[in-house]
Amino acid sequence: MTVLEQPGTYAPAPPPSWRPRTEAAPLLPEAEPYRVLGTRTAEREGGEQTGPDAGLLRRLYAAVVQGRRFNEQATALTRQGRLAVYPSSRGQEACQVAAALALRAEDWLFPSYRDTLAAVARGLDPVEVLSLLRGDWHHGYDSPGTRVAPLCTPLATQLPHAVGLAHAARLKGDQVAALALVGDGGTSEGDFHEALNFAAVWQAPAVFLVQNNGFAISVPLAKQTAAPSLAHKAVGYGVPGRLVDGNDAVAVHEVLTEALDRARSGGGPTLVEAVTYRLEAHTNADDATRYRADGEVEAWRAHDPVTLLERELRDRGLLDEETVREAEEAAERQAAELRERMHQDPQPDPMELFAHVYAEPTPQLREQAAQLRAELAAEHEAAAAARPAGNPAAGEETR
Amino acid sequence: MSTAVRQPTAARTDRKPATMGQALRRALRDALADDPAVHVLGEDVGTLGGVFRVTDGLAAEFGADRCADTPLAEAGILGTAVGMAMYGLRPVVEMQFDAFAYPGFEQLVSHVSRMRNRTRGRLPMPMTVRIPYGGGIGGVEHHSDSSEAYYLATPGLHVVTPATVADSYGLLRAAIASDDPVVFLEPKRLYWSKADWDPEEPDAVPGIGRAVVRRRGSSATLITYGPSVPVCLEAAEAAREDGAEGWDLEVVDLRTLSPFDEETVAASVRRTGRAVVVHESPGFAGPGGEIAARITERCFHHLEAPVLRVAGFDIPYPPPMLERHHLPGVDRVLDAVARLQWESGFTSGGRGGAEGRGGGAL
Ligand SMILES: Cc1ncc(C[n+]2csc(CCOP(=O)(O)OP(=O)(O)O)c2C)c(N)n1
Ligand SMILES: [Mg+2]
Repeated sequence: MTVLEQPGTYAPAPPPSWRPRTEAAPLLPEAEPYRVLGTRTAEREGGEQTGPDAGLLRRLYAAVVQGRRFNEQATALTRQGRLAVYPSSRGQEACQVAAALALRAEDWLFPSYRDTLAAVARGLDPVEVLSLLRGDWHHGYDSPGTRVAPLCTPLATQLPHAVGLAHAARLKGDQVAALALVGDGGTSEGDFHEALNFAAVWQAPAVFLVQNNGFAISVPLAKQTAAPSLAHKAVGYGVPGRLVDGNDAVAVHEVLTEALDRARSGGGPTLVEAVTYRLEAHTNADDATRYRADGEVEAWRAHDPVTLLERELRDRGLLDEETVREAEEAAERQAAELRERMHQDPQPDPMELFAHVYAEPTPQLREQAAQLRAELAAEHEAAAAARPAGNPAAGEETR
Repeated sequence: MSTAVRQPTAARTDRKPATMGQALRRALRDALADDPAVHVLGEDVGTLGGVFRVTDGLAAEFGADRCADTPLAEAGILGTAVGMAMYGLRPVVEMQFDAFAYPGFEQLVSHVSRMRNRTRGRLPMPMTVRIPYGGGIGGVEHHSDSSEAYYLATPGLHVVTPATVADSYGLLRAAIASDDPVVFLEPKRLYWSKADWDPEEPDAVPGIGRAVVRRRGSSATLITYGPSVPVCLEAAEAAREDGAEGWDLEVVDLRTLSPFDEETVAASVRRTGRAVVVHESPGFAGPGGEIAARITERCFHHLEAPVLRVAGFDIPYPPPMLERHHLPGVDRVLDAVARLQWESGFTSGGRGGAEGRGGGAL
């Protein structure tokens, strides 16, 4: 019997077959980035004061001003040789600060190498956070204690970690969410897609914040993706996507707060794309003039996260000279302290190289540690011998 | 520590020296010009010219299709390169840094390396995977790995690593011309090393699989490659100048790790009777183990001492402030040479009574 003679060829496929598992429409992101700052003027003119809470506005403002100053100070530290490298989040301070402030104490943050500021805004010691970029160790803060995972350099690899942690918290019955940060370029890596899929299938309390700053080093978004937006990528996994103005700290804060609340209460993951701009080069070692026009940067300066907040506060009559001065002074104090502490020479112990490879060093590692210890002792002796007796300072110079 | 590599030819003063990065760039340029099947692809290789500028100007000269900025995904880059090679192209892929090649490992190990074998030769993989590797540049975490052992452990891949400006050009041309996949490891800290080298008349370099004696010597052979070649040459000079030991060390630059040039290595060790293998990659299960075993198998009756290894410690690559303690330097090489049982007195040129270690050269 040929296939043509078979009866019932045209019957619909029996179940289980294709059916929409999730309605697509409610998952779709907004058509335009969601904004709050500067959008409620009409309502205000009608008499009633609406819009974001004044306390939140003030807190975001102070944090963004500090964040901007922190970025400037860290970049200056690269010029003074105090940091090996600094990937600045200048221009992205609204995302960094809003991410930190949207978290509850029990939540976890999974930052990338560009998210030093988010960790600092969460209250971590800046010097500890900068350890990776200073180069005294790979990681400087207590991750379990602070609930901030190590700054992650291999792109998007932190995302499955966030999903796994969120899943584990849910299995334990804890109301804990994980917020993972990634760049526009990082969304092209396989780990981004695998993380979203796991999060969706497991309904893990994870929130993904893509800071779309327009570039992956030199590669503009147009070469990175053909998607309508990065937020649309959520839909294919059955995850809601949100599109937000990443320079609007209030909007980012609001969207993340909603997503984190939903996650903690069992509503599953969310993908948030924050549209922002990298005002600096990729890092201090990069030369952005090779691949982008100054005009583009200037246009984004007009949509600066600090000025946007400032304008809103002024329009609402919430910003007097006193508040401005206080915020600036606090930022300056933090920068000065950072500068001073970063100008001390850290003394990482070479013997620590062997201490944390395993819970117990292997016999081979013990042997290698002994070798290095002997070398260091010999080096020390040679240096002491080269020093004229009674004049250590002069000897120091001849080394 | 000096990273300048001694070139065999005497320096001519009428030309500007070229860097290793420039020679690599020129090799890519000439390969693109000579063969329309050659395509360069990777992250930031187009407009930017690569983070080490090795592809500088190639997109401008040959167009974005021949030198393409890809989306940011190493598995995707290597996987699509497999498909391009299946269709007759000759992809030259750039991985941005050693540790950022790992997402592409699956494609490299499960497909690139075995496609010829599983298709009984019907689908060769004429692909070059360029990977900047090694430390000593003050890079933060994940920017300084010596990942050669992973690739060496994968049958089907050739592994090549130049140490001089002239070899960079010649070996990269040979890698691109090869019908087998080549992992081409570029020692990062030698990118800026200079030599007298004429791009219009590049020195002839034997193809893949040939080691070279960089420095003639009679006391012992230092076997090395890539970033450790300048270290060994410096150690050989120091041993000679030092006078006390008066060792005359031979230095073999392997240039290709796979296939391994047993002939050159064995000939040298048979002559000198002693050998030290030097590399940055961790010692445990590192390339030095394989090389030492091969020397022992082939040269046992010529050896005056066990073959020793000087390698990176068996630890994740250290942070910038501690990397100097990890990298094999001149002193560690000389310490190893001192332990080559000179007191046994079988050869001339040895010194007596060098016992154990203890940082004697310091
Ligand atoms: C797996 C991997 N590949 C390559 C790199 C090298 N690299 C570091 S940052 C970067 C660009 C990332 O762009 P994006 O995700 O947009 O983040 P941004 O730097 O703009 O914050 C690249 C290619 C890396 N860190 N990890
Ligand atoms: Mg980006």
